[in-house]
Amino acid sequence: MSQENKTPVVKETFVKNNSDVAVTIQYLSFVLGKEEYGVDILRVQEIRSWEPVSRVPNVPPYEKGVVNLRGAIVPIIDLRERFSLSKVEYTPLTVVVVLQTGNGNHTRIMGVVVDSVSDVISVDKSEIQGAPDFGTKVSNEFINGLVSVNERMVMLLDVDKLLTLETTEQSEN
Amino acid sequence: MSIDMSQFHQVFFEECFEGLEAMESGLLSLNIGDIDSEVINTIFRAAHSIKGGSGTFGFTVVAEYTHIMETLLDEMRDGRRQVTKKAVDVLLGSVDCLREMLTSIQNEEDVNMVSAAKHQAALEIELNGSAGSGSAPKAIEVHEIAPVAVANESEEIDEEQGWKIAFCPYLNLLKTGNDPVRLFRELNGLGEFTANVNIQDVPPFDELDPEECNISWELKLVTDAKEAAIREIFSWVEDDCALEIAPLSKPKKVKKLKVTPSAPAVDVVEVISVAPEVVESTAKKAAAVVESDPSKNTPKASSSIRVDTDKIDTLINMVGEVVITQSMLGLIGENFTMDKVGQLKRGLAQLERHTRDLQQSVMNIRMLPISFVFSRFPRLVHDISTQLHKKITLKLVGENTEVDKAVVELINDPLVHLIRNSLDHGIEMPAERIAAGKPEMGTIELKAYHRGGHIVIEIVDDGRGMDKAKLLAKAIEKGLVDEATIMSDKQILELIFMPGFSTAEKLTDISGRGVGMDVVRRNIQSLGGNIDIISELGKGSTIAIHLPLTLAILDGQSVAVGDETYIVPLVSIIESINITEKMLNKVAGKGETFKLRSEYLPIIRMREIFNVKSGEATKSNEGVIVVVEGQGALCGFLVDELLGQQQVVIKSLEANYRRVEGVSGATILGDGSVALILDVPGLVRLSVR
Repeated sequence: MSQENKTPVVKETFVKNNSDVAVTIQYLSFVLGKEEYGVDILRVQEIRSWEPVSRVPNVPPYEKGVVNLRGAIVPIIDLRERFSLSKVEYTPLTVVVVLQTGNGNHTRIMGVVVDSVSDVISVDKSEIQGAPDFGTKVSNEFINGLVSVNERMVMLLDVDKLLTLETTEQSEN
Repeated sequence: MSIDMSQFHQVFFEECFEGLEAMESGLLSLNIGDIDSEVINTIFRAAHSIKGGSGTFGFTVVAEYTHIMETLLDEMRDGRRQVTKKAVDVLLGSVDCLREMLTSIQNEEDVNMVSAAKHQAALEIELNGSAGSGSAPKAIEVHEIAPVAVANESEEIDEEQGWKIAFCPYLNLLKTGNDPVRLFRELNGLGEFTANVNIQDVPPFDELDPEECNISWELKLVTDAKEAAIREIFSWVEDDCALEIAPLSKPKKVKKLKVTPSAPAVDVVEVISVAPEVVESTAKKAAAVVESDPSKNTPKASSSIRVDTDKIDTLINMVGEVVITQSMLGLIGENFTMDKVGQLKRGLAQLERHTRDLQQSVMNIRMLPISFVFSRFPRLVHDISTQLHKKITLKLVGENTEVDKAVVELINDPLVHLIRNSLDHGIEMPAERIAAGKPEMGTIELKAYHRGGHIVIEIVDDGRGMDKAKLLAKAIEKGLVDEATIMSDKQILELIFMPGFSTAEKLTDISGRGVGMDVVRRNIQSLGGNIDIISELGKGSTIAIHLPLTLAILDGQSVAVGDETYIVPLVSIIESINITEKMLNKVAGKGETFKLRSEYLPIIRMREIFNVKSGEATKSNEGVIVVVEGQGALCGFLVDELLGQQQVVIKSLEANYRRVEGVSGATILGDGSVALILDVPGLVRLSVR
């Protein structure tokens, strides 16, 4: 893994030295089934193992419930269910990535359940491709772009959109 | 060059308002004819410190005004002047006026001089005119004029959008130690600020004296601040400059000063670039200031709390104890052997005790005596009883009862409403009272006391009481209840909490519009409290408000539904009963009711309403019914099991998540897991749908 990783790192320094336009962003990548996703690492507060949650009644099934994170009540979202992927049993490897989202001066934290975290990848901004229109209604709106890392495609997620919960839909049900 | 006085303003205003309150309560407790010199002294001292303070801070308007009050009070103190009802009224009016002035200054608005002048005139008449002669009308006139003046002021605010300031310092401005940049920085704090530099007057380099200020500025400030606020900023330099301030909307007053791109001017610019640092940096800073954060607005008064030093000392002691216990436990844990178990247990018990004490002390910091609310009422009662020509005394009991700050802030409006009601509808006219064989002077008693984790506030009047027959008739007439319904006395009295209900024969501007009591009840319920009425026709009414001591901690009953745990607020629980088959009835094959003694109450199955799937499904004839009151109606929650009662710390679910229907918040249980707190009225609503 580390061997493979050297290539982008070297490239990054090279780019930095030669052009001031290039901006590298680090992403935390994680796996859902066979797909790989990435979130801006500056939005990641911590990574925890899965713990049982307290269910919240009458909310969409992907909102698993709330946990006590050092005194704060934090909601936990299952990303597989959010993206309409097949459900799996939670295993000891299942992790919760705690993400921050901020609108204005109010920041919220939220945990997302993923199969496992894999890597920290450095991505040159110019390498990010726009997300193609898959015609699917769910996933596309959360995806900022695609990037290829060592022949693997990583989908970069928009954390703010991901963490916006539809309140209107709920209150009407 | 000068100490920034504005940092002390907040404290000054707080002290002034406290002083005013002291004056007010002193004035109200003055017995005409029987003068307690100590009371007069207290009033005088309060007036004197306001005068002194406002003088120091340069609020001359206030200082001058207070001076007249002080003179009047001084004469009273020395016994050179009789204390008359009229004088007291005028002084009370002045207290109001001072409060208004100080509020305007605090909000950096122009002081309403019209109203101030009226009051000042009244004071001067009182001071110079023959003491003792004349009567009340003058004071009443003062009261009537005040609102008109206020209206004028608010119109002014609407018009003013900003200011154009022509600032031409004299040559010696810099020599006096004044720095224009500092002024600009302060102006920038008021709003959106732009500055144009005029450098026409700058002499050629060889004639330039670096200690002279040769530049002038044309400043534009988009703000809602008042002219006085701007003048105050310039107050240190007003003798060293020509200053012209005009509102932006009327630009004709100010001549436009433009830097014309003529040849000499260009020369000047070059000169400046090599000119001594003072001038250059001044100009540069002026430009820099313009760009620096426009988001920084006038500081708003922050919410602060005054805490008794005793309370803080107790807290520090407690923290000391906790630290000692912790180090003791650390020592035991360092090389632990089984024979130390006893020691460990003792240590843990001690830690538990200290933690509880610490929690209590911290909670105590937020506690304020209820007198913060009560102290306003003597004035209210005085004013309204005069207006209604009633004779009423207000008795305050238990003013030192402590209650959470949030409760203090929110309870004021409902109490004002209830007291107004008592004054207006409760207490009869003096003649009527005498005819009914009661003392001419009516009494309203305002009581506060603690009872079992709650604070109870009672408003007791010895007035006419409520006529239940009349209430019922009115409710039927308004279509609020059915004629056929049989209602208990308590239910009839509770009719007054229904929206749109008023029995007052005529509307007054004090109360009787039929809006209010429902709002009062809603406000109190939103604080987690409830309100009760006891009334006897001809004898008077008692309204009792029960409130939780704090909004951060709640007494809860934890209940199990499947594998899940929920907390039901203890205040809303009436009783809990084991369910038996016989008690259950179906209504139209769908809704369920059960019979509680003589009443049929609807059942809400928690398992169904919250879609609980875990655990064994309870059979219809198993489980516990928790009878709760929500929205004035009783209803039963069917749960699997009662777990236990405990105090829980309320955590917001919305901070990171969102509002969930039927849930008012969350808490963390002893094992670290999260339990949801039920919102009883919300659940009742949810079940109806």
